[in-house]
Amino acid sequence: MSDLVVTLLGKYNYWLCVILMMIGLYAMIAKNNLIKKLVGMNIFQTSIILFYVSIGCKKGATISILEHGAGHHGVDPTHYINPLPHVLMLTAIVVSVSTFGVALALAIKVYRKHKTLEEDEILMQLRSE
Amino acid sequence: MKAIGLIIVVLAGALLLYSTQDFPFWGDPASPAGTHTATYYLTKAFEETSVPNVVTAVLADYRGFDTMFETGVIFCAGLGCFVLLRLSRSRDEDSYYRHVATGITLHIKSAKIPDVSSEFERIDTLWTPYDLIVKTVCRLLAPFVQLFGLYVIAHGHHSPGGGFQGGVILGASVILIAISHNMRTAIGRISEKTIHILMAVGVLLYSGIGALCILLGGNFLDYASLSRILFTNEIEARSLGILGVEVGVGITVMAVMITIYNNLSSDGRLDEGL
Repeated sequence: MSDLVVTLLGKYNYWLCVILMMIGLYAMIAKNNLIKKLVGMNIFQTSIILFYVSIGCKKGATISILEHGAGHHGVDPTHYINPLPHVLMLTAIVVSVSTFGVALALAIKVYRKHKTLEEDEILMQLRSE
Repeated sequence: MKAIGLIIVVLAGALLLYSTQDFPFWGDPASPAGTHTATYYLTKAFEETSVPNVVTAVLADYRGFDTMFETGVIFCAGLGCFVLLRLSRSRDEDSYYRHVATGITLHIKSAKIPDVSSEFERIDTLWTPYDLIVKTVCRLLAPFVQLFGLYVIAHGHHSPGGGFQGGVILGASVILIAISHNMRTAIGRISEKTIHILMAVGVLLYSGIGALCILLGGNFLDYASLSRILFTNEIEARSLGILGVEVGVGITVMAVMITIYNNLSSDGRLDEGL
């Protein structure tokens, strides 16, 4: 029992990321409104970003910017967090904003054509054509 | 549909949670992600690039290809928004003007008054605030926001920052003008044509620096070969190459943010925004 508690407390970052990811996935599957689906997609992306950043974390370490003069006489890698997830997520954040922009542009196009963003009403219009 | 979705979500979540028992503990310094290449970057990045911010060094030098194609993705996203939404015609021929002295609003059908006149100012159809304080504060704030954006780009070697963050801040300053005044003012400051040229210039700057490295006898994006024209040693040349690349990223990100905002908020007409 105590093992389970230690495991849960030691890995609660993954639990939170998975819960957030599933909220996003559920919104993408079950919501009827296209904008709500897009918001679900953004929640999904945010959970992945949080997941990566939490992977890079090290206990007792600081951000991965070397202190003054530290670079000249050897760097202790345990003093600095892992820079690689930060690099990957830095680009992923901006790309997620851009893809969200394109998705909203597509939603506007759909609204221009069908005058609604509700998925069932769009399907009804497509079937009646 | 909702029940099926819920079942799928619960099953997938349970599988993911089950798999977390193989993961390292949070903050474990000996986790697999933090031991192989990450250790190399942390110990060698300063020797090889003289950039104290390891994130910037990895972003623009070690993973330069990745960042270049990310910039390409952003460029394509901006282009996609433009192609999907941009229309040439304006909303309709009607236009609304406000008499500056009295505040009376005029609705004019198909008559042409110049947009800039001392007695009348053109206003948006849907939302026409008369907020002197908001306008003045935002107008005064914009240059400082832009200065901060330039600082974030230029100081990315030594502090958190770089092309992506600084570009977004620069774009936000123009969007601030578009929100606080109106879209015509923002487009008057930086026209649509300029934005589109800047979008391409940023990507061109990035890949141009890469191609320059080939011309100087190195590999693509190997900034060490730039030392021949910059008259420095190879390590300093890497640092300066990273700066040039970050400037390119910043220009593209700024232009794409502005073009996405302009097209989305005005439904592709670029006449009146939010």
